[in-house]
Amino acid sequence: MSVSAVPPTDSAAPAEEALRPHAETAYAAELAALAAADDRPRPACWQLSPWAVATYLLGGALPDGTVVTPKYVGPRRIIEVAVTTLATDRALLLLGVPGTAKTWVSEHLAAAVSGDSTLLVQGTAGTPEEAIRYGWNYARLLAEGPSRGALVPSPVMRAMSEGRTARVEELTRIPADVQDSLITILSEKTLPIPELGEEVQAVRGFNLIATANDRDRGVNELSSALRRRFNTVVLPLPASLEEEVDIVSRRVGELGRSLELPAVPSGSAEIRRVVTVFRELRDGVTADGRTKVKSPSGSLSTAEAISVVTSGLALAAHFGDGVLRPGDVASGLLGAVVRDPAADRLVWQEYLESVVRDRDDWKDFYRSCREAAEH
Amino acid sequence: MAAALAQYRPDTVLIEGPPEADGLLALAAHQDMGPPVALLAYVVDNPAQAAFWPFAAFSPEWVALRHALDHDVPVRFIDLPAAHTFVHEHEEEPEGPGIDPIAELARTAGHDDPEQWWDDVVEHQLVGDGDALAPFRTIADAMAELRPPGSEPSGGREARREAWMRRQIRAAERAGHRRIAVVCGAWHVPALAGRPSVASDDALLKGLPKVKVELTWVPWTHRRLSQHTGYGAGIASPGWYQHLFESADRGTVRWMTKVAALLRAEDHSVSSAHVIEAVRLAETLAAMRGRPLPGLAESTDAVRAVMCEGSDVPLALVQDRMVVGDRMGRVPDEAPTVPLQRDLTRLQRSLRLKPEPAERELDLDLRKDTDAARSRLLHRLTLLDVPWGSAATSRTGSTGTFRESWRLLWEPELAIKVAEAGIWGTTVESAATSRARDLAAHSGSLGEVTALAEACLLADLPDALPTVLQALADRAALDADVAHLAEALPALVRSLRYGDVRGTDAAALRELAEGLAVRICIGLPPACNSLDAEGAGAMAGHLGSTHAAVALLTDADELHQRWSATLRTLAERDTIAGLLRGRAARLLLDDNQWDAAEAARQMRLTLNPVTPPAEAAGWIEGFLAGGGMLLVHDTRLLGLVDDWLTSVPDAAFPDVLPLLRRTFSGFDPGVRRTIADRVRAGTDTPATPDRPGFAPTLDRTRAATARRTAAVLLGINHAPPGARGSAE
Ligand SMILES: Nc1ncnc2c1ncn2[C@@H]1O[C@H](COP(=O)(O)OP(=O)(O)OP(=O)(O)O)[C@@H](O)[C@H]1O
Ligand SMILES: [Mg+2]
Repeated sequence: MSVSAVPPTDSAAPAEEALRPHAETAYAAELAALAAADDRPRPACWQLSPWAVATYLLGGALPDGTVVTPKYVGPRRIIEVAVTTLATDRALLLLGVPGTAKTWVSEHLAAAVSGDSTLLVQGTAGTPEEAIRYGWNYARLLAEGPSRGALVPSPVMRAMSEGRTARVEELTRIPADVQDSLITILSEKTLPIPELGEEVQAVRGFNLIATANDRDRGVNELSSALRRRFNTVVLPLPASLEEEVDIVSRRVGELGRSLELPAVPSGSAEIRRVVTVFRELRDGVTADGRTKVKSPSGSLSTAEAISVVTSGLALAAHFGDGVLRPGDVASGLLGAVVRDPAADRLVWQEYLESVVRDRDDWKDFYRSCREAAEH
Repeated sequence: MAAALAQYRPDTVLIEGPPEADGLLALAAHQDMGPPVALLAYVVDNPAQAAFWPFAAFSPEWVALRHALDHDVPVRFIDLPAAHTFVHEHEEEPEGPGIDPIAELARTAGHDDPEQWWDDVVEHQLVGDGDALAPFRTIADAMAELRPPGSEPSGGREARREAWMRRQIRAAERAGHRRIAVVCGAWHVPALAGRPSVASDDALLKGLPKVKVELTWVPWTHRRLSQHTGYGAGIASPGWYQHLFESADRGTVRWMTKVAALLRAEDHSVSSAHVIEAVRLAETLAAMRGRPLPGLAESTDAVRAVMCEGSDVPLALVQDRMVVGDRMGRVPDEAPTVPLQRDLTRLQRSLRLKPEPAERELDLDLRKDTDAARSRLLHRLTLLDVPWGSAATSRTGSTGTFRESWRLLWEPELAIKVAEAGIWGTTVESAATSRARDLAAHSGSLGEVTALAEACLLADLPDALPTVLQALADRAALDADVAHLAEALPALVRSLRYGDVRGTDAAALRELAEGLAVRICIGLPPACNSLDAEGAGAMAGHLGSTHAAVALLTDADELHQRWSATLRTLAERDTIAGLLRGRAARLLLDDNQWDAAEAARQMRLTLNPVTPPAEAAGWIEGFLAGGGMLLVHDTRLLGLVDDWLTSVPDAAFPDVLPLLRRTFSGFDPGVRRTIADRVRAGTDTPATPDRPGFAPTLDRTRAATARRTAAVLLGINHAPPGARGSAE
């Protein structure tokens, strides 16, 4: 053991100053209103009942008139299964292609269930065992020998002893042997500390939410023993054009404000077009359901659509007249679609020729895309 | 239903259904009868006009029928006879109430999922508080609200049906029955409970025209029950209802156990721990959603999250095999023959094709009407999985588009196959059509669908063709393998040119073929990069067949230009195997896209010492694959080949020799000899540079020979040999 994990402390910046406040801070008012209105049974150590947690994620109106904003836009059943999983004391694994709001949902679930979304382990190829179990404060270890005082608990250990929700991001990036330390924690609900001859027992309310990316499943495939400890919920790509346009417009608006870009009129034609192209390529069929098209290798996530539009907006602001036009999004689109130079270029070309070219009001767009593709 | 009947103890049971079936009802209790089954009614003179009434074991009508038979209570069907309904089949008015009453009630109660609402309110809540008849009363009241008196037009199909049913109820009362159970769609309850005058009913039913119909029982499947179109009952989840119907207690646990067994059989690792967690999740979900018991939605959500790792892929298996289910029903031998068998017998008689248990061969000349009809019949039966005939090579060795050879063998099992195929329709043609449509919807690869399209043309099923072509278009769009596309194109173009295709389909077929050709144009150059010898050989074949197919597509200038451009790309790109470049160059030359000078220029570029000799030999093979006459006529090209050949280093010669031998041995012996003569004579000084290969003047002796042959071909009496007439 060479690294000592430093636990997140409460001395972080106060909420008003944080660039991006935690969910439980940003939505404190909604959470308080929900708690006040909530008369359904709450599982041990839960801040809210499962029903109220689902309402927090999906949005709704409370009897006292408080409007709860939707955090997640998508099928109700996804959130219901996720919340119910946590209520049955099973760990939850959120899977999905990149940009499907896995991290976002995990944070809000933890905030609503435990009032705390900060007990977080960020998974990387270099995540050590200490980040999941515990580390040592070497100065004290040398001075005092092994003791509870010299031990530095991981976020997971703290969640166990405090009965809260721990979060593990990008679980499949964590090396397999480090992942394995989660098995005992999830099945025995204890964390042995052989150095002290002790163990930490999870108190009621402890649970764990992990996220993992569908696409790089293969990186460190979860062992079946670990997989068995989780209920798995796959977050889908947005179901309808309207839903996705809604998500993209909202996020582009928020991001644009912080970058001081001109505002896009909501439901702008260009946003619709980008989302349409993303969806048609992703679904392998045109919006009218009449023509099948091939899908490129990239994931074409909503998050990428957001970034195509945002960078198009920046182009329009700095090099154009501030109005988002086909030419501003064409090269971004090309970059998002053509990941594999050979196969994807072919897919894109075929799509341009067999779908885009024939659309009457897409002439400008077709031309811009052809130009971008030729460079 | 079972509980209600047990509680009510009727002395007669009347069921909404075709009364012509009354004579067949007793068979429902036969030991060989196993639902799902359907009652089939058809018009005797026109079996294609048919209707099915499907029943699952859990269908209320079936439960009522079995209750009556098991308790020796008289049972009858009381709907308007099929003999009348078939006559009115073409009326504008749709069958049924025109609104979905359950959806209407669910909406009134503020639910958007009618089935869910029905399960929650009726199946789970009303039932089980002791009075089995209570839900029926509640629903009857609700229907009365939806159908206030005077809200509907009098007359019409529904009114006639209800008048007929009332008449049967009165008859049952007159016969002395006191506890009459009427099993009908809830919608009809207010109309049957209210009693308009006998006279007004009689007026509605007076002088109804009728046709002669017959009925029988046929086996059905859960899959067909779940279809919303055709004769499906539109029950989305027959397997699930069957499960509920069969399992008296602990339904969720039993369901999860069955799901686990299914998934294990398909090599998913599912343990008992999974089953336990799935049950817990389903039950907690139901509680969270305010449902008394887990329904199909909760069970499915739990299976997905716990057993399928969130994936819908294994779940699709559960959906297909359990929620829908692949159960197939049985009917006893005593049930009357199905009309498909009857239609087949009729065709066999009129086409003089006896079903014989001994194998025999049959040669057909498709220009004759009877033979063409026989061919159609055999092709249609093949589509229906009734393999009476199989394709054979003709004994007489005669081939050609007008001939077909079959080997016929009628095995007794084929009768069962015919009975099973009865599910698809009542005549061979209509059944083959629905079967082809179904195959189109479920077939996987482009090759399969192309074969199906050809089968439809051979079997002459114009009504199936649009569906098949749509499927073909879909598969073609998705298939990324240029080779597959190139394999499919010639068959399509052939059907387009020679097939007997109707106007609209021809247009669709044409669009499809052209679209396919464009895709090939786009995909071919990248697909030709870095192929090994074998791959290049296969691709050269595709090149040739696509070229021929594209040429057959007339009036497609843009496409032809595109194809020429593609060939040019292939011919000029030096990352592509010599064989393919040579082949492309030759096709361009043959097509007049390149003149001889350009071909010679390309040849000179390729056949030089810098090009690896094997590569150059490949080029020559591709270029000359169309025949060696070119070298005879164009001494310039021959000279280039000759120069190159003499410049191949000794060390490389053994490598190129087999390639060259393969190329040249493909030529006609006469051509080979002439080329050899030319080479011996020396190729350096072409006689006429502007018409390479041609002498300055006409050689009359040789021309006369050609002229004679041409005259024979044209069928004109030619002048005596040697005569020199004006025909020159
Ligand atoms: N269905 C959705 N509802 C609401 N927001 C969404 C939805 N889909 C995507 N987003 C937005 O997309 C952004 C990206 O989400 P997030 O970072 O959670 O993705 P992720 O699934 O964790 O991706 P990765 O696999 O790359 O980590 C978030 O800002 C989120 O608001
Ligand atoms: Mg994430």
